[in-house]
Amino acid sequence: MSELLKITDLHVEYDTSEETVYAVNGVDLTVGRKETLGLVGETGAGKTTTALSVLRLLPHKIGRISKGSIIYDGEDLLAIKEKVFKKYRGKRISMIFQDPMTSLNPVIPIGKQVAEVIKLHNPDMTKAQIESRVDEMLEMVGIKANRKKDYPNQFSGGMKQRVVIAIALACEPELLIADEPTTALDVTVQAQVLAMMTDLKERLGTSMILITHDLGVVAETCDKVAVMYAGEIVESGTVEDIFGKGNHHPYTIGLFGSLPDLKDDKPRLSPIEGLMPDPTDLPKGCKFHPRCPHCSEKCRTEQPEVMVTNGHSLRCHLFSKEV
Amino acid sequence: MEDNILVTKGLKKYFGTPKGMLHAVDDIDLSIRRGTTLGVVGESGCGKSTLGRTILQLIKPTSGQIIFDGKDVTNLSKSEMAQFRRDAGIIFQDPYASLNPRLTAFELIEEPLIVNKTYKTKQEQQEAVFKMMEINGLPPRLINSYPHELDGGRRQRIGIARTLVLNPKFIVCDEPVSALDVSIQAQILNLLMDLQDARQLSYIFITHDLSVVKHISHEIMVMYMGVCVERAEKNELFANPIHPYTKALLAAIPVPDLSSKGKRREIIKGEVTSPINLKPGCRFAPRCPYACEKCMADENVKLRDLGNDHYVACAVI
Repeated sequence: MSELLKITDLHVEYDTSEETVYAVNGVDLTVGRKETLGLVGETGAGKTTTALSVLRLLPHKIGRISKGSIIYDGEDLLAIKEKVFKKYRGKRISMIFQDPMTSLNPVIPIGKQVAEVIKLHNPDMTKAQIESRVDEMLEMVGIKANRKKDYPNQFSGGMKQRVVIAIALACEPELLIADEPTTALDVTVQAQVLAMMTDLKERLGTSMILITHDLGVVAETCDKVAVMYAGEIVESGTVEDIFGKGNHHPYTIGLFGSLPDLKDDKPRLSPIEGLMPDPTDLPKGCKFHPRCPHCSEKCRTEQPEVMVTNGHSLRCHLFSKEV
Repeated sequence: MEDNILVTKGLKKYFGTPKGMLHAVDDIDLSIRRGTTLGVVGESGCGKSTLGRTILQLIKPTSGQIIFDGKDVTNLSKSEMAQFRRDAGIIFQDPYASLNPRLTAFELIEEPLIVNKTYKTKQEQQEAVFKMMEINGLPPRLINSYPHELDGGRRQRIGIARTLVLNPKFIVCDEPVSALDVSIQAQILNLLMDLQDARQLSYIFITHDLSVVKHISHEIMVMYMGVCVERAEKNELFANPIHPYTKALLAAIPVPDLSSKGKRREIIKGEVTSPINLKPGCRFAPRCPYACEKCMADENVKLRDLGNDHYVACAVI
């Protein structure tokens, strides 16, 4: 099975006038064709930074990839000239941003915003062809084509997110990066949007990276999962690996323990004590050790290596001893 | 005789808009037993926050009665109102916006005590603040920190401490954990439940997150466009939901395990419509798969008791 995207040992830093923020610290990820990868973690784990690195959209002069490689369809994305990459962005790889309220231009009708991306990547298309493609895209995401002259403020949150999805899929990309696409939506609308995204993905054969903090959304939509903490992937594997019994990273266990369960009644939640480490001053050794209930001397000094068994990888000293 | 901390009767809040009357809260009857939590769930715009604020009279109700601790509090004198404000507090949703950025953690917690002149001496007042910080898991070294120096979880702890320092009997928690990450959310939920046990507090817990509401509440009320569509004890509601909207809401939650993977869920169509100038009858009818003619008359969709303290407002069932 050929991989569509392969990220190896990615390091991203943000330089500010006072300090350096180590946002991503050695991330390895692969996304196969037609596969959905869920990237899970809390605020500040480096999920969005990883996604922005793939699209080369890190803030200019501040964000910098200090190490690592991103191979997309056999090509080194970091080596391509910006001029060439512009033809990829939005066409072969596109992104859905978190907040539909702010990712649309408020003074341009939505039809025009969908047309913009089509026009840019298909310069030969005639006006009529573009217009019919816009209608087709809007209908596909469940918006009547006669509303294309309306402005974003005339739509509800769920409808705006549909417009954003239409824009992202307008050029039938091979890879779609969805950054918390349903976090700002109500549950019933979230269910509609997720069902629609899964349908469209199957129909168009798109691969997807779904960034979220909602483990329920992951269980329903993803094939593979990677759990991020402090810029590292602490555990990854198929959904069955992560949600099944087997061995788990203490952070993954903590994440599940923090969730109130709808099925059985836990009298108390078992949260992870403490806070995420400051990314300007990361702890030595395992980055999770200050919060970990199984922390040993080794964890404080030595960075654990990634252990892989049958595709299920863990970055923890607890499991490295056994092998 | 049940010991209710709060009872509302026919509580209404309408807002006048250029397009007509907006029915934010429409005819809500509820009661909360002392030391328990009533969870209020619903989607954005269903009136749950307005309900919380109307109960506390941060917004004047259009009509209806609010009985707090056996006393009607809808028309209080200034000094009686001050006492009510001490007994009934609120915790706000956004710990980033609800704290004054120019006050330190200590000053923020001290402020309600100064306003209410709770303690006679400065020393008692300071001791009270330190004790409150300890109860809320805020280490004393943070006394001089400003809100921007703290993370969301700690800010929300300050928000809770500010409310709790006046020793209230009843607190409206308006989405207190929705701006927080799951691991921090769990810490705050545990704190709120411990405080309830220790101080016999009663809560109205407003949220859109059904798994959170199930975890913390004793009784749950489901709101849709300003009206209560279903109310029951929590296990009863989750085991035996009756209103089509409650069913749809429960079906829409993504569950973090693999048992439901691949199964197609029933998804309700459409979105919440405008609560301005409403037509008579059931407000959920335009999205409801079971809607029929009976749903178009007001008297059919009144809240009915099905026994077992389970109330539902649906004409079809």
